[in-house]
Amino acid sequence: MAGDRGGAARAVPSFQQLILTLQAYWAERGCVLLQPYDMEMGAGTFHPATALRALGPEPWRCAYVQPCRRPADGRYGDNPNRLQHYYQFQVVLKPSPDDVQDMYLGSLAALGIASDLHDIRFVEDDWESPTLGAWGLGWEVWCDGMEVTQFTYFQQVGGFECSPVTAELTYGLERLAMYVQGVENVYDLDWNGEGISYGDVFLQNEREFSAYNFEHADTDALMDGFAKAQVECRALLDAKLALPAYDQCIKASHMFNLLDARGVISVTERAAYMGRVRDLAKDCCAAWLASRDGQNKAAGG
Amino acid sequence: MAQLLLEILSEEIPARMQARAAEDLKRLVCDGLKKEDLTFDKVEAYVTPRRLALVIDGLPEKIEDSTEERKGPQVGAADKAIEGFLKSAGLTSVDECEIREVKGKEFYFAVIETKGRPTAEVLAENLADAIAALPWPKSMRWGAGEVRWVRPLHSILCLFAGAVVPITHGGIKAGAVTQGHRFLAPGEIKVKDFKDYEAKLKKAKVILDSSQRAEMIKEGAEKLTAAEGLRLRDDPALLAEVAGLVEWPVPLIGAIDGEFMELPAEVLSESMRAHQKYFALETEDGKLAPRFITVANIETKDGGAAIIAGNECVLRARLADARFFWDRDRQASLESRVAKLGEIVFHAKLGTVAEKVDRMESLAAELCEFIPSADRDKARSAAHLAKADLTTAMVAEFPGLQGIMGRYYALNDGEHADVADAIAAHYSPAGPNDTCPMEPTAIAVALADKIDTLVGFFAIDEKPTGSRDPFALRRAALGVIRIITENGLRVPLFEVFAEANNLYPPGVSAGNVMSSSQASPDIGVVSHDLLSFFADRLKVQMRGTGVRHDLIEAVFATPKPEGGAEDDLVRLLARVEALSAFLDTEDGANLLTAHKRAANIVAIEEKKDNTTYGGKIARDLLEQAEEVALFEALDVARGRLQALLAAEDFTGAMAELAKLRPPLDAFFDSVTVNCDNELLRANRLALLGQIRAALDTVAEFSQIEG
Repeated sequence: MAGDRGGAARAVPSFQQLILTLQAYWAERGCVLLQPYDMEMGAGTFHPATALRALGPEPWRCAYVQPCRRPADGRYGDNPNRLQHYYQFQVVLKPSPDDVQDMYLGSLAALGIASDLHDIRFVEDDWESPTLGAWGLGWEVWCDGMEVTQFTYFQQVGGFECSPVTAELTYGLERLAMYVQGVENVYDLDWNGEGISYGDVFLQNEREFSAYNFEHADTDALMDGFAKAQVECRALLDAKLALPAYDQCIKASHMFNLLDARGVISVTERAAYMGRVRDLAKDCCAAWLASRDGQNKAAGG
Repeated sequence: MAQLLLEILSEEIPARMQARAAEDLKRLVCDGLKKEDLTFDKVEAYVTPRRLALVIDGLPEKIEDSTEERKGPQVGAADKAIEGFLKSAGLTSVDECEIREVKGKEFYFAVIETKGRPTAEVLAENLADAIAALPWPKSMRWGAGEVRWVRPLHSILCLFAGAVVPITHGGIKAGAVTQGHRFLAPGEIKVKDFKDYEAKLKKAKVILDSSQRAEMIKEGAEKLTAAEGLRLRDDPALLAEVAGLVEWPVPLIGAIDGEFMELPAEVLSESMRAHQKYFALETEDGKLAPRFITVANIETKDGGAAIIAGNECVLRARLADARFFWDRDRQASLESRVAKLGEIVFHAKLGTVAEKVDRMESLAAELCEFIPSADRDKARSAAHLAKADLTTAMVAEFPGLQGIMGRYYALNDGEHADVADAIAAHYSPAGPNDTCPMEPTAIAVALADKIDTLVGFFAIDEKPTGSRDPFALRRAALGVIRIITENGLRVPLFEVFAEANNLYPPGVSAGNVMSSSQASPDIGVVSHDLLSFFADRLKVQMRGTGVRHDLIEAVFATPKPEGGAEDDLVRLLARVEALSAFLDTEDGANLLTAHKRAANIVAIEEKKDNTTYGGKIARDLLEQAEEVALFEALDVARGRLQALLAAEDFTGAMAELAKLRPPLDAFFDSVTVNCDNELLRANRLALLGQIRAALDTVAEFSQIEG
């Protein structure tokens, strides 16, 4: 059965081809193609091109791949579906176009998922990021019962109303690729169509980082790092440097995730840590909005 | 007569919100029409994942001109009265009124003329308001707009008598077109009326009526199931949900990989149901079959082959995950997990789940005293482990499996089967259709869990209000009632409440000072509040069986034979049943009337004389034969009643009461209570007072209506 779910004699796209196809598709629809943000983060939403650009009045369209780190999801390379490091393909469109659902379905077609052969469904899924102080409504998109994309209309980020509203499409690239390639183990994914598999690239990474996340990460250093990032973020906010401040917020968030994976954070402490990250995120968003106001005025004058 | 057709097309509406939205739309539009005095024959609302629709038949095409005359105050009345009248009639000056003579006096009359207008005009205002007012549980903005809807709006179709009603919402102008199925028949469809709309939608692969979609799913699924010699497991909630996920339902059957069939059946069905919305199938003997039904939203040229293959693949991944949890969870015993419950907060004021478990252990052991053949050690062990599965990966993933997984893990750890079964059953009954625990150990743990919760929340004054019951205390109380009554347990609730309360630390438990400014309520008060909370639950539960709420009230107000408020639910229900049957008889009904009469007279005279009647009766002051007869009948009855009540033979006690009816009737027929002789009067009132008291030992008759 493997492979050709796209029907007819279409070649099965490799993992990297999938990314190239999505990039080309969204570039044609006015998206600025960005590269991954160079920091560890739990989701593509944290990239300033989404989290911060979703705020304020300016139109914005972009697309990028973002590596995501979820330390607690590590399985030492043993689980065929779970990874502590994986890729999201992120598309943001602001304001959300009226035909954004059709645009999205077009991208699936471009990937070889024909909507007349597969059961594509928009299933309620409200999105919320307690650490970003953000929420939105939308769906998880199912293809034959498999969740392939998170589709969200942002309503708030950092506690601020999003107006206009940004549509965020987050493709889970590994899942999507497994689906398109008909592969049941992520490590068997064909990466480049020329014999390199996902396992060749990432299996050792998963093993070593699972050990790091669960066993070796220095919790004292992480707690210390969390506190320092918090302090530095505040100092940068005082200096009205929204973007560097936000970097510190991302850093704090990732260190919290690592501490969580190490199991050293109790349930009550957990809420408190998340509250601290959220406070930083909110203030960074406020600073970002303020800095953009200034720039608009400068541009206008 | 004309028809209104409204359809609001949007992006996918969450399944759980659909039915309510259709009802709300219907209600809002109908309320608006009522305000305009617009009548109609029939209204129907429909909903699919993408559309809300409403059709109203038999509306008039226009509202006729109308004249209304209103009589006002007399000419020359106070200014205030005249002003008020003018205002209510929508006039500004008396010059606009007519003056007419009525019975020789002059009155102002307002003649209010309302111009008729086309119904369409009224509808245009009305529908726009209704759409704007539709309350979604969660709504959103989109694009650069400010309007809110559950998901972005795409079009509005609004026709009245075949013509478009020009309404606008969120920048969308109503028209006469809709769209077919997103994938099977995209594109615009122009419609004339409802019949045309429904038929064209069907052609465009949209089944408008959700009950029809559910029917199609059920029929299709049963056909596929029967073809494999299997049975579809009944799941109405899932059926309703799935009917809200598709416009064109196509049931398909898939296979569960054999290697996963060794997982607990509940894990399989929950994995399929919670995440994938698959229906479970079973074999002839009721075992879970290695097949599932999924419902697609499209027909494909390969007969769904790719869809089935895809779903099977997804299920394999899901079950591989579940197996990972199953394997990993079993590496640590439940016993070793108990300590971790200290990290889970039960309630900020009531401490952690570990603390709750400690209390449950003691309470479960104490409760064994009231549960025939219960074993204190087993109850203690089961309570100790009851919540440990909350720390497992499986329950974190599938909260619906709490208790059930605990049972599997306990068996795996080699715990006694009774202990394992009690862990599984202790959350029951979770609803009116759920079964009650019937095994002694399970009963002890289930009661301990619920009573601990109820007493704790009542002690910190977190009681349910109105429709708000965030801690499901109503369900817990109903659970206690059902476990006690269905098992016929004789539990002195007050004693148990006090015991449960004592297990909470000072500062939480009732009867202790919580803070310098606020004293917690006394445990007596908490117990009484709890018991009346139980009485309310019992009333709701018994309403279904036709038992009047006032009878329950009357029996709750009747003291225990040994004194004190009644807290034995089994005896209480026996009394309610006997009373209910008794009041249905002629004797019962008449005795109730006689009791009321006696009680009324005594109460009135007691108030007048500022005393209580019911003390000793002077035999020699009984003058009339009817008095003597009643006195003697009462004397006989009282002795027997005491014995019957002690034996809890309430039907017998009622029969004994019935014997009082003839002498009591005769007494009222011929004896004057309030006679001139003060001694005789007091004696007669005492007699009636004793009659009242005797009846009240069986049930507090004064609480009964009628």
